[in-house]
Amino acid sequence: MATEKKNISEAKEAKKKDMILFLSSSEEKEHFLSKGNRKLLSDPLDDNNPITVQVLGICSALAITVQLEPAVVMSIAVVFVMAFSNIIVSMLRNLIPSRIRIIVQLVVVASLVVLVDQVLKAYAYDVSKQLSVFIGLIITNCIVMGRLEAFALGNGVYKSFLDGVGNAAGYGLILIIVAFFRELLGSGKLFGYEVLGHKAATLADSTGLYALGYENNGLMLLSPMALIVVGLLIWVQRARNRKLIEEN
Amino acid sequence: MELVNLFVRSIFIENMIFAYFLGMCSYLAVSKTVKTAVGLGAAVIFVLTITVPINYLLDNYLLRPGALQWLGAEYADVDLSFLSFIMFIAVIASMVQLVEMIVEKFAPALYGALGIFLPLIAVNCAILGGSLFMQQKDFGAITEAVTYGFGSGIGWFLAILGIAAIREKIAYSNVPAPLKGLGITFIITGLMALGFMSFMGIKL
Repeated sequence: MATEKKNISEAKEAKKKDMILFLSSSEEKEHFLSKGNRKLLSDPLDDNNPITVQVLGICSALAITVQLEPAVVMSIAVVFVMAFSNIIVSMLRNLIPSRIRIIVQLVVVASLVVLVDQVLKAYAYDVSKQLSVFIGLIITNCIVMGRLEAFALGNGVYKSFLDGVGNAAGYGLILIIVAFFRELLGSGKLFGYEVLGHKAATLADSTGLYALGYENNGLMLLSPMALIVVGLLIWVQRARNRKLIEEN
Repeated sequence: MELVNLFVRSIFIENMIFAYFLGMCSYLAVSKTVKTAVGLGAAVIFVLTITVPINYLLDNYLLRPGALQWLGAEYADVDLSFLSFIMFIAVIASMVQLVEMIVEKFAPALYGALGIFLPLIAVNCAILGGSLFMQQKDFGAITEAVTYGFGSGIGWFLAILGIAAIREKIAYSNVPAPLKGLGITFIITGLMALGFMSFMGIKL
Protein backbone atom coordinates (compact mmCIF):
# COMPACT_ATOMS: atom_id res chain seq x y z
CA MET A 1 0.00 0.00 0.00
CA ALA A 2 2.68 2.44 1.06
CA THR A 3 4.86 1.63 -1.93
CA GLU A 4 1.90 2.08 -4.21
CA LYS A 5 1.29 5.52 -2.80
CA LYS A 6 4.93 6.31 -3.24
CA ASN A 7 4.78 5.18 -6.85
CA ILE A 8 1.84 7.41 -7.51
CA SER A 9 3.50 10.39 -5.97
CA GLU A 10 6.65 9.62 -7.92
CA ALA A 11 4.67 9.44 -11.12
CA LYS A 12 3.06 12.75 -10.25
CA GLU A 13 6.47 14.23 -9.58
CA ALA A 14 7.76 13.00 -12.93
CA LYS A 15 4.74 14.39 -14.69
CA LYS A 16 5.28 17.74 -13.02
CA LYS A 17 8.89 17.72 -14.15
CA ASP A 18 7.79 16.99 -17.71
CA MET A 19 5.35 19.83 -17.46
CA ILE A 20 8.04 22.23 -16.28
CA LEU A 21 10.34 21.08 -19.07
CA PHE A 22 7.56 21.53 -21.57
CA LEU A 23 6.76 24.96 -20.27
CA SER A 24 10.23 26.38 -19.95
CA SER A 25 11.87 23.97 -22.38
CA SER A 26 15.28 25.12 -21.28
CA GLU A 27 18.01 22.61 -20.55
CA GLU A 28 18.36 23.21 -16.84
CA LYS A 29 15.33 23.19 -14.64
CA GLU A 30 14.50 26.64 -13.42
CA HIS A 31 12.35 27.79 -10.57
CA PHE A 32 9.12 29.43 -11.71
CA LEU A 33 10.08 32.78 -10.28
CA SER A 34 13.85 32.55 -10.54
CA LYS A 35 15.92 35.70 -10.88
CA GLY A 36 15.96 35.49 -14.68
CA ASN A 37 12.21 35.08 -14.88
CA ARG A 38 11.61 37.93 -12.47
CA LYS A 39 13.81 40.09 -14.66
CA LEU A 40 11.62 39.26 -17.65
CA LEU A 41 8.70 40.71 -15.73
CA SER A 42 10.37 43.74 -14.18
CA ASP A 43 12.71 44.90 -16.93
CA PRO A 44 10.00 46.23 -19.25
CA LEU A 45 8.65 48.40 -16.44
CA ASP A 46 11.70 50.66 -16.46
CA ASP A 47 15.03 49.80 -18.10
CA ASN A 48 13.49 48.29 -21.18
CA ASN A 49 10.09 49.96 -21.27
CA PRO A 50 8.30 49.24 -24.55
CA ILE A 51 7.12 52.80 -25.03
CA THR A 52 9.88 55.01 -23.72
CA VAL A 53 12.88 52.82 -24.60
CA GLN A 54 11.96 50.32 -27.30
CA VAL A 55 9.64 52.83 -29.04
CA LEU A 56 6.96 50.22 -29.67
CA GLY A 57 3.20 50.53 -29.49
CA ILE A 58 2.95 54.29 -29.39
CA CYS A 59 0.21 54.31 -31.97
CA SER A 60 -2.65 53.33 -29.71
CA ALA A 61 -1.00 54.48 -26.51
CA LEU A 62 -1.58 58.15 -27.03
CA ALA A 63 -5.04 58.49 -28.46
CA ILE A 64 -6.88 56.90 -25.55
CA THR A 65 -5.24 58.63 -22.62
CA VAL A 66 -7.69 61.50 -22.16
CA GLN A 67 -9.34 59.60 -19.31
CA LEU A 68 -8.19 56.90 -16.95
CA GLU A 69 -10.97 54.41 -17.57
CA PRO A 70 -10.36 53.65 -21.25
CA ALA A 71 -6.62 53.61 -20.54
CA VAL A 72 -7.08 50.94 -17.87
CA VAL A 73 -9.40 48.88 -20.09
CA MET A 74 -6.94 49.16 -22.96
CA SER A 75 -4.07 48.03 -20.72
CA ILE A 76 -6.02 44.98 -19.58
CA ALA A 77 -6.90 44.12 -23.18
CA VAL A 78 -3.26 44.39 -24.21
CA VAL A 79 -2.10 42.24 -21.27
CA PHE A 80 -4.56 39.56 -22.33
CA VAL A 81 -3.66 39.69 -26.02
CA MET A 82 0.07 39.76 -25.44
CA ALA A 83 0.12 36.98 -22.87
CA PHE A 84 -1.89 34.60 -25.02
CA SER A 85 -0.37 35.49 -28.38
CA ASN A 86 3.08 34.98 -26.90
CA ILE A 87 2.00 31.60 -25.51
CA ILE A 88 0.43 30.45 -28.79
CA VAL A 89 3.24 31.62 -31.04
CA SER A 90 5.83 30.19 -28.69
CA MET A 91 4.06 26.82 -28.82
CA LEU A 92 3.99 26.96 -32.62
CA ARG A 93 7.47 28.40 -33.01
CA ASN A 94 9.03 25.21 -34.38
CA LEU A 95 6.19 24.62 -36.83
CA ILE A 96 5.92 28.05 -38.48
CA PRO A 97 7.87 28.38 -41.75
CA SER A 98 9.82 31.61 -41.41
CA ARG A 99 8.66 33.06 -44.74
CA ILE A 100 5.03 33.25 -43.72
CA ARG A 101 5.54 33.86 -40.02
CA ILE A 102 4.24 37.44 -40.14
CA ILE A 103 0.91 36.33 -41.55
CA VAL A 104 0.63 33.49 -39.01
CA GLN A 105 1.39 35.90 -36.18
CA LEU A 106 -1.13 38.41 -37.49
CA VAL A 107 -3.83 35.76 -37.66
CA VAL A 108 -3.14 34.60 -34.08
CA VAL A 109 -3.19 38.16 -32.78
CA ALA A 110 -6.24 39.11 -34.84
CA SER A 111 -8.27 36.18 -33.50
CA LEU A 112 -7.44 37.16 -29.92
CA VAL A 113 -8.34 40.77 -30.61
CA VAL A 114 -11.68 39.72 -32.09
CA LEU A 115 -12.34 37.90 -28.80
CA VAL A 116 -11.49 40.98 -26.75
CA ASP A 117 -13.60 43.18 -29.00
CA GLN A 118 -16.66 40.94 -28.72
CA VAL A 119 -16.31 40.67 -24.92
CA LEU A 120 -16.01 44.44 -24.58
CA LYS A 121 -19.02 45.01 -26.81
CA ALA A 122 -21.03 42.62 -24.66
CA TYR A 123 -19.99 43.72 -21.17
CA ALA A 124 -18.57 47.26 -21.45
CA TYR A 125 -20.34 48.84 -24.38
CA ASP A 126 -19.65 52.47 -23.42
CA VAL A 127 -15.92 51.92 -23.09
CA SER A 128 -15.92 49.92 -26.30
CA LYS A 129 -17.56 52.87 -28.08
CA GLN A 130 -14.99 55.22 -26.60
CA LEU A 131 -12.07 53.09 -27.71
CA SER A 132 -13.64 52.75 -31.19
CA VAL A 133 -11.06 51.57 -33.69
CA PHE A 134 -8.25 51.39 -31.19
CA ILE A 135 -9.18 47.94 -29.96
CA GLY A 136 -8.86 46.71 -33.54
CA LEU A 137 -5.55 48.47 -33.75
CA ILE A 138 -4.08 46.23 -31.03
CA ILE A 139 -3.56 43.84 -33.96
CA THR A 140 -1.04 46.18 -35.47
CA ASN A 141 0.27 47.36 -32.13
CA CYS A 142 3.98 47.12 -32.69
CA ILE A 143 4.52 45.86 -29.13
CA VAL A 144 2.66 42.66 -29.83
CA MET A 145 4.40 41.96 -33.13
CA GLY A 146 7.73 43.20 -31.85
CA ARG A 147 7.74 40.90 -28.84
CA LEU A 148 6.51 37.97 -30.90
CA GLU A 149 9.37 38.47 -33.35
CA ALA A 150 12.00 39.28 -30.78
CA PHE A 151 11.10 36.88 -28.00
CA ALA A 152 8.33 34.36 -28.47
CA LEU A 153 9.80 32.91 -31.66
CA GLY A 154 12.98 31.93 -29.82
CA ASN A 155 11.95 31.10 -26.29
CA GLY A 156 9.90 28.63 -24.28
CA VAL A 157 6.25 28.99 -23.46
CA TYR A 158 6.51 30.05 -19.82
CA LYS A 159 9.24 32.61 -20.49
CA SER A 160 7.27 34.03 -23.41
CA PHE A 161 4.23 34.31 -21.18
CA LEU A 162 6.23 36.28 -18.62
CA ASP A 163 7.73 38.46 -21.34
CA GLY A 164 4.29 39.20 -22.74
CA VAL A 165 2.83 40.11 -19.37
CA GLY A 166 5.87 42.19 -18.45
CA ASN A 167 5.87 44.20 -21.65
CA ALA A 168 2.14 44.71 -21.61
CA ALA A 169 2.44 45.90 -18.00
CA GLY A 170 5.19 48.34 -18.98
CA TYR A 171 2.93 49.63 -21.74
CA GLY A 172 -0.02 49.89 -19.37
CA LEU A 173 2.09 51.71 -16.78
CA ILE A 174 2.94 54.52 -19.21
CA LEU A 175 -0.64 54.63 -20.44
CA ILE A 176 -1.99 55.00 -16.92
CA ILE A 177 0.57 57.63 -15.88
CA VAL A 178 -0.20 59.74 -18.94
CA ALA A 179 -3.96 59.30 -18.53
CA PHE A 180 -3.69 60.19 -14.82
CA PHE A 181 -2.07 63.57 -15.55
CA ARG A 182 -4.28 64.33 -18.52
CA GLU A 183 -7.52 63.59 -16.74
CA LEU A 184 -6.47 65.27 -13.48
CA LEU A 185 -5.16 68.48 -15.06
CA GLY A 186 -7.51 68.53 -18.01
CA SER A 187 -10.86 67.93 -16.38
CA GLY A 188 -10.08 67.76 -12.64
CA LYS A 189 -11.38 64.22 -12.40
CA LEU A 190 -10.05 60.71 -11.83
CA PHE A 191 -12.08 57.80 -13.18
CA GLY A 192 -14.86 60.36 -13.67
CA TYR A 193 -14.93 61.46 -9.98
CA GLU A 194 -14.35 65.13 -9.25
CA VAL A 195 -11.30 64.87 -7.00
CA LEU A 196 -10.43 68.56 -7.11
CA GLY A 197 -13.85 69.72 -6.03
CA HIS A 198 -16.90 70.78 -7.95
CA LYS A 199 -16.81 73.61 -10.45
CA ALA A 200 -20.03 75.61 -10.55
CA ALA A 201 -21.02 78.58 -12.65
CA THR A 202 -19.98 81.11 -10.02
CA LEU A 203 -16.95 81.12 -7.76
CA ALA A 204 -19.08 81.19 -4.61
CA ASP A 205 -20.89 77.95 -5.47
CA SER A 206 -17.72 76.05 -6.33
CA THR A 207 -16.03 73.78 -3.84
CA GLY A 208 -12.50 72.53 -3.32
CA LEU A 209 -9.73 74.04 -5.43
CA TYR A 210 -12.21 75.69 -7.74
CA ALA A 211 -13.38 77.93 -4.88
CA LEU A 212 -9.85 79.40 -4.88
CA GLY A 213 -10.17 80.32 -8.54
CA TYR A 214 -8.46 77.24 -10.02
CA GLU A 215 -9.20 76.54 -13.68
CA ASN A 216 -8.87 73.32 -15.61
CA ASN A 217 -6.21 73.25 -18.29
CA GLY A 218 -8.26 72.55 -21.39
CA LEU A 219 -5.12 72.07 -23.44
CA MET A 220 -4.49 68.75 -21.69
CA LEU A 221 -7.61 67.33 -23.32
CA LEU A 222 -6.26 67.95 -26.82
CA SER A 223 -4.39 65.11 -28.45
CA PRO A 224 -1.03 66.90 -28.96
CA MET A 225 -0.58 67.11 -25.20
CA ALA A 226 -0.34 63.33 -25.00
CA LEU A 227 2.84 63.51 -27.06
CA ILE A 228 4.28 66.28 -24.93
CA VAL A 229 3.43 64.47 -21.68
CA VAL A 230 5.18 61.33 -22.95
CA GLY A 231 8.14 63.47 -24.02
CA LEU A 232 8.40 64.92 -20.53
CA LEU A 233 8.02 61.44 -19.03
CA ILE A 234 10.96 60.27 -21.13
CA TRP A 235 12.94 63.26 -19.89
CA VAL A 236 12.22 62.38 -16.26
CA GLN A 237 13.02 58.70 -16.78
CA ARG A 238 16.30 59.34 -18.56
CA ALA A 239 17.41 62.00 -16.13
CA ARG A 240 16.97 59.38 -13.40
CA ASN A 241 18.35 56.46 -15.37
CA ARG A 242 21.28 57.97 -17.22
CA LYS A 243 22.38 54.84 -19.06
CA LEU A 244 19.33 55.21 -21.33
CA ILE A 245 20.52 58.54 -22.75
CA GLU A 246 20.92 58.46 -26.53
CA GLU A 247 24.01 59.71 -28.35
CA ASN A 248 22.14 61.84 -30.78
CA MET B 1 -16.60 69.05 -54.42
CA GLU B 2 -17.50 66.52 -51.78
CA LEU B 3 -14.42 64.55 -52.78
CA VAL B 4 -12.11 67.58 -52.56
CA ASN B 5 -13.49 68.30 -49.14
CA LEU B 6 -12.84 64.71 -48.04
CA PHE B 7 -9.35 64.85 -49.51
CA VAL B 8 -8.37 68.02 -47.66
CA ARG B 9 -9.95 66.78 -44.46
CA SER B 10 -8.03 63.51 -44.58
CA ILE B 11 -4.72 65.28 -45.19
CA PHE B 12 -4.86 68.10 -42.68
CA ILE B 13 -7.70 67.84 -40.22
CA GLU B 14 -7.86 64.10 -39.66
CA ASN B 15 -4.14 63.65 -40.15
CA MET B 16 -3.18 60.07 -39.29
CA ILE B 17 -0.24 61.14 -37.15
CA PHE B 18 -1.23 64.44 -35.61
CA ALA B 19 -4.87 63.68 -34.90
CA TYR B 20 -4.89 59.92 -34.30
CA PHE B 21 -1.24 59.01 -33.65
CA LEU B 22 -1.43 56.15 -36.12
CA GLY B 23 1.80 54.78 -37.52
CA MET B 24 3.87 56.42 -34.80
CA CYS B 25 6.31 53.53 -34.45
CA SER B 26 7.75 53.72 -37.93
CA TYR B 27 7.29 57.48 -37.90
CA LEU B 28 9.68 57.75 -34.95
CA ALA B 29 12.07 55.06 -36.11
CA VAL B 30 12.55 56.00 -39.78
CA SER B 31 12.54 59.79 -39.47
CA LYS B 32 16.28 60.24 -38.81
CA THR B 33 17.02 61.28 -42.42
CA VAL B 34 14.81 62.84 -45.07
CA LYS B 35 15.78 60.27 -47.70
CA THR B 36 14.47 57.18 -45.94
CA ALA B 37 11.47 59.15 -44.71
CA VAL B 38 10.49 59.97 -48.30
CA GLY B 39 10.80 56.30 -49.30
CA LEU B 40 8.67 55.03 -46.44
CA GLY B 41 6.15 57.81 -46.92
CA ALA B 42 5.74 56.92 -50.59
CA ALA B 43 5.29 53.24 -49.70
CA VAL B 44 2.60 54.17 -47.17
CA ILE B 45 0.72 56.33 -49.72
CA PHE B 46 0.81 53.45 -52.20
CA VAL B 47 -0.34 50.76 -49.76
CA LEU B 48 -3.10 52.93 -48.29
CA THR B 49 -4.44 53.88 -51.73
CA ILE B 50 -4.70 50.21 -52.65
CA THR B 51 -5.88 48.63 -49.41
CA VAL B 52 -8.62 51.08 -48.42
CA PRO B 53 -10.68 50.55 -51.64
CA ILE B 54 -10.11 46.77 -51.57
CA ASN B 55 -11.26 46.62 -47.99
CA TYR B 56 -14.18 48.87 -48.89
CA LEU B 57 -15.33 46.33 -51.48
CA LEU B 58 -14.80 43.47 -49.02
CA ASP B 59 -16.78 45.30 -46.38
CA ASN B 60 -19.65 46.16 -48.70
CA TYR B 61 -20.00 42.85 -50.53
CA LEU B 62 -18.97 40.35 -47.86
CA LEU B 63 -18.78 41.55 -44.30
CA ARG B 64 -21.40 44.06 -43.25
CA PRO B 65 -24.88 42.95 -42.17
CA GLY B 66 -26.90 42.20 -45.28
CA ALA B 67 -23.89 42.51 -47.57
CA LEU B 68 -24.33 39.00 -48.94
CA GLN B 69 -27.69 39.88 -50.47
CA TRP B 70 -26.25 39.57 -53.99
CA LEU B 71 -25.93 35.82 -53.38
CA GLY B 72 -29.66 35.42 -52.91
CA ALA B 73 -32.41 36.47 -50.58
CA GLU B 74 -31.68 33.78 -47.99
CA TYR B 75 -28.28 35.36 -47.25
CA ALA B 76 -29.80 38.77 -46.53
CA ASP B 77 -29.45 38.57 -42.75
CA VAL B 78 -25.96 37.11 -42.57
CA ASP B 79 -23.65 39.32 -40.53
CA LEU B 80 -19.95 38.59 -40.92
CA SER B 81 -18.70 41.89 -39.55
CA PHE B 82 -16.91 40.17 -36.67
CA LEU B 83 -14.50 38.83 -39.30
CA SER B 84 -13.51 42.27 -40.52
CA PHE B 85 -10.29 42.57 -38.48
CA ILE B 86 -8.96 39.31 -39.84
CA MET B 87 -10.00 39.98 -43.43
CA PHE B 88 -8.58 43.49 -43.43
CA ILE B 89 -5.26 42.45 -41.98
CA ALA B 90 -4.96 39.57 -44.44
CA VAL B 91 -5.49 41.94 -47.39
CA ILE B 92 -2.98 44.38 -45.95
CA ALA B 93 -0.35 41.71 -45.28
CA SER B 94 -0.57 40.36 -48.82
CA MET B 95 -0.50 43.85 -50.38
CA VAL B 96 2.60 44.69 -48.37
CA GLN B 97 4.26 41.51 -49.56
CA LEU B 98 3.51 42.62 -53.14
CA VAL B 99 4.91 46.10 -52.61
CA GLU B 100 8.00 44.60 -51.03
CA MET B 101 8.63 42.43 -54.09
CA ILE B 102 8.09 45.36 -56.48
CA VAL B 103 10.44 47.64 -54.57
CA GLU B 104 13.07 44.92 -54.33
CA LYS B 105 12.93 44.41 -58.09
CA PHE B 106 12.82 48.01 -59.31
CA ALA B 107 14.51 50.04 -56.56
CA PRO B 108 17.08 47.87 -54.78
CA ALA B 109 18.78 50.90 -53.22
CA LEU B 110 15.53 52.01 -51.62
CA TYR B 111 14.90 48.43 -50.56
CA GLY B 112 18.24 48.36 -48.77
CA ALA B 113 17.58 51.71 -47.12
CA LEU B 114 14.11 50.81 -45.88
CA GLY B 115 15.34 47.47 -44.55
CA ILE B 116 13.11 46.00 -41.88
CA PHE B 117 10.55 48.79 -42.13
CA LEU B 118 9.03 47.69 -45.41
CA PRO B 119 7.59 44.44 -44.02
CA LEU B 120 6.68 46.40 -40.91
CA ILE B 121 4.25 48.50 -42.98
CA ALA B 122 2.02 45.46 -42.56
CA VAL B 123 1.86 46.29 -38.89
CA ASN B 124 1.82 50.03 -39.44
CA CYS B 125 -1.24 51.16 -37.55
CA ALA B 126 -1.93 53.85 -40.14
CA ILE B 127 -2.74 51.24 -42.78
CA LEU B 128 -5.17 49.19 -40.71
CA GLY B 129 -6.43 52.41 -39.15
CA GLY B 130 -7.29 53.73 -42.61
CA SER B 131 -9.41 50.66 -43.31
CA LEU B 132 -11.12 50.75 -39.92
CA PHE B 133 -11.94 54.45 -40.20
CA MET B 134 -13.24 53.76 -43.69
CA GLN B 135 -15.59 51.17 -42.20
CA GLN B 136 -16.67 53.58 -39.48
CA LYS B 137 -17.28 56.47 -41.88
CA ASP B 138 -19.70 54.47 -44.01
CA PHE B 139 -18.65 55.82 -47.41
CA GLY B 140 -21.28 55.87 -50.13
CA ALA B 141 -19.07 55.10 -53.13
CA ILE B 142 -15.72 53.55 -53.88
CA THR B 143 -14.35 56.88 -55.18
CA GLU B 144 -14.69 58.24 -51.66
CA ALA B 145 -12.72 55.29 -50.31
CA VAL B 146 -9.93 55.86 -52.85
CA THR B 147 -9.83 59.57 -52.03
CA TYR B 148 -9.73 58.89 -48.31
CA GLY B 149 -6.94 56.32 -48.62
CA PHE B 150 -4.85 58.56 -50.86
CA GLY B 151 -5.41 61.62 -48.70
CA SER B 152 -4.51 59.84 -45.48
CA GLY B 153 -1.34 58.55 -47.14
CA ILE B 154 -0.37 62.07 -48.21
CA GLY B 155 -1.02 63.35 -44.70
CA TRP B 156 1.25 60.68 -43.24
CA PHE B 157 3.90 61.46 -45.86
CA LEU B 158 3.86 65.18 -45.04
CA ALA B 159 4.14 64.47 -41.33
CA ILE B 160 7.14 62.15 -41.62
CA LEU B 161 8.82 64.51 -44.11
CA GLY B 162 8.42 67.41 -41.70
CA ILE B 163 9.78 65.61 -38.65
CA ALA B 164 12.69 64.14 -40.62
CA ALA B 165 13.73 67.60 -41.82
CA ILE B 166 13.50 68.96 -38.28
CA ARG B 167 15.49 66.06 -36.84
CA GLU B 168 18.27 66.55 -39.38
CA LYS B 169 18.60 70.15 -38.22
CA ILE B 170 18.20 69.49 -34.53
CA ALA B 171 21.20 67.17 -34.54
CA TYR B 172 23.31 70.35 -34.39
CA SER B 173 21.41 71.88 -31.49
CA ASN B 174 22.22 71.75 -27.82
CA VAL B 175 19.39 69.60 -26.47
CA PRO B 176 19.47 68.58 -22.76
CA ALA B 177 21.08 65.13 -22.65
CA PRO B 178 18.10 63.14 -21.28
CA LEU B 179 15.85 64.65 -23.95
CA LYS B 180 18.13 63.76 -26.85
CA GLY B 181 16.68 61.52 -29.52
CA LEU B 182 13.28 60.19 -28.57
CA GLY B 183 12.23 62.77 -25.97
CA ILE B 184 12.72 65.86 -28.10
CA THR B 185 11.12 64.12 -31.08
CA PHE B 186 7.99 63.50 -29.04
CA ILE B 187 7.80 67.10 -27.90
CA ILE B 188 8.38 68.46 -31.42
CA THR B 189 5.69 66.16 -32.78
CA GLY B 190 3.35 67.46 -30.10
CA LEU B 191 4.07 71.05 -31.12
CA MET B 192 3.58 70.18 -34.79
CA ALA B 193 0.28 68.56 -33.92
CA LEU B 194 -0.78 71.74 -32.11
CA GLY B 195 0.04 73.60 -35.31
CA PHE B 196 -2.02 71.19 -37.37
CA MET B 197 -4.97 71.78 -35.06
CA SER B 198 -5.31 75.23 -36.57
CA PHE B 199 -6.70 73.54 -39.68
CA MET B 200 -9.64 72.34 -37.63
CA GLY B 201 -13.02 73.51 -38.84
CA ILE B 202 -11.87 74.33 -42.36
CA LYS B 203 -14.55 73.35 -44.83
CA LEU B 204 -14.31 73.53 -48.59
